Amino acid sequence: MHIPDGFVDLKTAISTGVISAGGLAAAIYKVKSYFKGRVIALMGVISALIFALQMINFTIPGGTSGHLLGGALAAIVLGPHAGAIVVAVVLIVQAFIFMDGGVVALGSNIFNMAIIGVYGSYLIYWLICRISKSKAVFFTAIALASWLSVVVASFFAALELGISGTYAMDVTLKAMTGVHAIIGIGEAIITVAVIAFINKVRPDLILTRKGDLDDR
Amino acid sequence: MTDRKSYIFVLAGIAAALIIAMFISVFASSFPDGLEKVAENLGFIDKAEGMAPEGIFLIPDYAVGGVESELWQTSLAGLSGVLIITAIFGIVYLIYRSTGKKQ
Repeated sequence: MHIPDGFVDLKTAISTGVISAGGLAAAIYKVKSYFKGRVIALMGVISALIFALQMINFTIPGGTSGHLLGGALAAIVLGPHAGAIVVAVVLIVQAFIFMDGGVVALGSNIFNMAIIGVYGSYLIYWLICRISKSKAVFFTAIALASWLSVVVASFFAALELGISGTYAMDVTLKAMTGVHAIIGIGEAIITVAVIAFINKVRPDLILTRKGDLDDR
Repeated sequence: MTDRKSYIFVLAGIAAALIIAMFISVFASSFPDGLEKVAENLGFIDKAEGMAPEGIFLIPDYAVGGVESELWQTSLAGLSGVLIITAIFGIVYLIYRSTGKKQ
């Protein structure tokens, strides 16, 4: 869902860029309160994994492909603040080294995938996990949060295309959320699989599960 | 990350990222992604245009230049990406450790 340059106009790129910069600054400020060597090392591992997994496009019906965005994965393993930073770092490297996602559109991409994708999925995850501490609820929360993070990110991408006058908003909203409702299933499967694996080998490294993060 | 088990977890995680980015990536679907497909269907895909000069990108489109095989172009791009990202957090980790000790 990386928006290339040319799809969003300057006013949209600048306003989403300003919100993203503010969001990331707040995330860095919050992360500092639980910044330990362990958290930094875990952030490195998760961002390397998200970068790698983003290279794996899977085919969905209709001659289309999708890949993991990783917002929910980062949010649930690291907490939302460290998670937003991790996804933003991946997006920045992709935009400036790999020409994946526009340089001017970077603010929009960070807004959709690192701010909305991460904090949005964390909110869903946190709300569902309040129901009970059972494993079934935990994994249901992960699946729903990751699916929704993709759909909601695509909703905002479509909104930005509309505001930019690239195409009529009602049409882009329907088309983008429709196709990403299917791509989101892949996101949910991969996110549940990766977190299930970490939960098996090192459950203490799922920082939002352990309760050593007192932030919301 | 001083204990041995966490050290192994970090190394294993980075190794897994390398394997995915270098070897599984060559099997990735080459169909357009969700946004590209929508742009194609609605006819605004041509609006995509680089706003930065192409020369500034080290590895445009996940293909390392100067290599003939497309498989290797992708593999090396995956290797570079994982190393760049690991290096970013590695530097933050080292800075954190060196300043943390003084306090």
